Amino acid sequence: MDGGLFSMMKLKKSLLILDVITILLVASAAGLVFFYAPLEAVMGYVQKVFYFHVSSAWVGMLSFIVAAVAGGVYLKNGQRKWDITSYAAVEIGVLFAIIAIITGSIWARPIWNTWWTWDPRLTTTAIMTLVYVAYLMLRQGIDDPEKRARFGAVYVIIGALSVPLTFMSIRIFRTIHPVVINAPNGTSAAFDMAPKMLLTFLFSLFAFSVLFVTLLWHRVELGKAQDELEQKKLLSND
Amino acid sequence: MIHVRQLIKRFGPKIVLNKMAFDVSQGEFVALIGPNGAGKTTFLRILSSLAKPSIGEVNVAGFHLPGQAASVRQRLGVVSHMPLLYGDLTASENLLFYGRMYDVADLTHRVQEVLQLVGLLHRSGDLVRTFSRGMQQRLAIGRAILHNPDVLLLDEPHTGLDQDACDMLDGVLRDVAVSGRTVVMTSHDFVRAQNLASRFDVLSRGRIVASIPANKLSPDGLQAFYRESLEQA
Amino acid sequence: MKNNANPSFIKTMLAVVWKDLTAELRSREVFSAMLIFALLVVLIFNFALELEAGTRASVTSGVLWVTFTFAGTIGLNRSMAQEKDRGCMDGLLMAPVDRSAIYLGKMIGNLFFMVAVEVVVIPLFSVLYNVNLLKPGLLLVVLLGSIGYSGIGTLLATMSVQTRTRDMLLPILLFPVVIPLVVAAVKASAGYLQALPMADIQPWLTLLIVYDVIFLSVAWMVFDYVVEE
Repeated sequence: MDGGLFSMMKLKKSLLILDVITILLVASAAGLVFFYAPLEAVMGYVQKVFYFHVSSAWVGMLSFIVAAVAGGVYLKNGQRKWDITSYAAVEIGVLFAIIAIITGSIWARPIWNTWWTWDPRLTTTAIMTLVYVAYLMLRQGIDDPEKRARFGAVYVIIGALSVPLTFMSIRIFRTIHPVVINAPNGTSAAFDMAPKMLLTFLFSLFAFSVLFVTLLWHRVELGKAQDELEQKKLLSND
Repeated sequence: MIHVRQLIKRFGPKIVLNKMAFDVSQGEFVALIGPNGAGKTTFLRILSSLAKPSIGEVNVAGFHLPGQAASVRQRLGVVSHMPLLYGDLTASENLLFYGRMYDVADLTHRVQEVLQLVGLLHRSGDLVRTFSRGMQQRLAIGRAILHNPDVLLLDEPHTGLDQDACDMLDGVLRDVAVSGRTVVMTSHDFVRAQNLASRFDVLSRGRIVASIPANKLSPDGLQAFYRESLEQA
Repeated sequence: MKNNANPSFIKTMLAVVWKDLTAELRSREVFSAMLIFALLVVLIFNFALELEAGTRASVTSGVLWVTFTFAGTIGLNRSMAQEKDRGCMDGLLMAPVDRSAIYLGKMIGNLFFMVAVEVVVIPLFSVLYNVNLLKPGLLLVVLLGSIGYSGIGTLLATMSVQTRTRDMLLPILLFPVVIPLVVAAVKASAGYLQALPMADIQPWLTLLIVYDVIFLSVAWMVFDYVVEE
């Protein structure tokens, strides 16, 4: 290991600090959601799911962007760490996209009186999840790690380009999904946020973004360790 | 003609070719022998520009790989254990297609000529699907020499052929394909390799461990030499 | 020894198209498999949706595009499997040619197969259900949709034939990323069928063209990465 034990120790230490910060942030976000943000007049308690719902959806989307960018960098320079990052981002993305869909359903049941509707955002999130899953299946079907990385990068870029188009294509239909920010006046689906709600919302977004970075970092470290292990196994076989 | 130094090829963490060095001068016929998994096929795939070296210097016919792949490809013919032919095209259509991919001059005439050389002129209008393995392999040789390459690579050309077909293939190789060209062949069939090659190189664990001119060996001598060099490696 | 110049982009592309079409004209393997599959899909929809006069106006374009999408994957899989069968893909890659010319050649071949099936299915559909599908606008939509579909499909099929699961994987990879194309094509076709004003159809046409341009150029750029080793 030419990187030196020292730099690894330092890395581990900064990661540990980030862990603590993340736990504090997410805990405070939860605290704000339950004790600080006022109860929404019409929807009641179920509205509180919204803070983490939007944050999860945001992380799901952010993961895709990170995965596609890392994939592009990998195709350019071929360094393993970019493939590991891209793969890690997809894994985190699929988790948060599913959380977003489930929390969305919990919210939609009492408010829209249905578990599911074919609204652009919901549908796009579902399709994004399917692209993620297809990506994971593609990787599973390839033995050569380099080919796996290349194909994964190509597919995640294609996926990241198609998902916004999917959103646009469904958006041209009418939507009943609440438009949270910059809602045009008179849109019945929009609800105005009290300042305390807005603060809680923005804080949740921030906390989840930090959570994403922390998880990604952990997953990348894990991926590197897996790589090393695989290498040692192969060398000991010879 | 072929010049390889410090060649490393890895698939992920697995190292297949390990700082390999390899030289072939013009007109030589080198047979690469070695146990399964020694890296023979991988090495030929690198020489044929299908796989990229991880690190190292590879020079074929005066051009570097992978940087000048297009120039190398123009001067290279490959016969593999797969025929690389289209079953739903006739023999001459296959050659016409590949001829266009190499921009061969005066193509129709050249196709007839090559079909004549590999002894398939009478079957030129038949679908490759209907050909026996041996005939497909002969046509594959025709495909490989269509554009008059300087270097010929043969990857286990005898795989799946019976004795007669092998004899016929060797005949075509000797009379038509090899003359004046630089050839690298991988093979498990020592007797056949000895009839063709001018030099033997033993490949083991990703590098050349021994090398001997073919004329210094009796048939049994090659076996002994092979075992010895593997044990020493 | 005499060495030749490397062939031009167009010449390579045409050679690949010529090769695919010649082989197909002889065996008719891809075409007949796609066509029979397409007809079966139409037949199944007929019973599943009871395509009666009242309902069919709104579902016709949907049925049409599901048919093309499904039949398309059969064609893509067959066309790439032929390259793998006798190692021909290696033969193509060893030729001194631009690889994006190979991609474009394969893509045009696949487009031909798809259009050939559509040329049979569309009039047949018109006769069977007594709707006139032979409208210039609709045919333009069919062409635009097929271009995007074979563009991205050729790239993904090249990837999927190289995996362990092979042809099983293609629809899983392809369908989630062609959704915008299919949605736009269905909506634009329905617009022409119901003779909606151009202003209602225009956004869908734009989306189709945007999709075609984006994915053809991306596939063109990344094709090298899915064939090299």
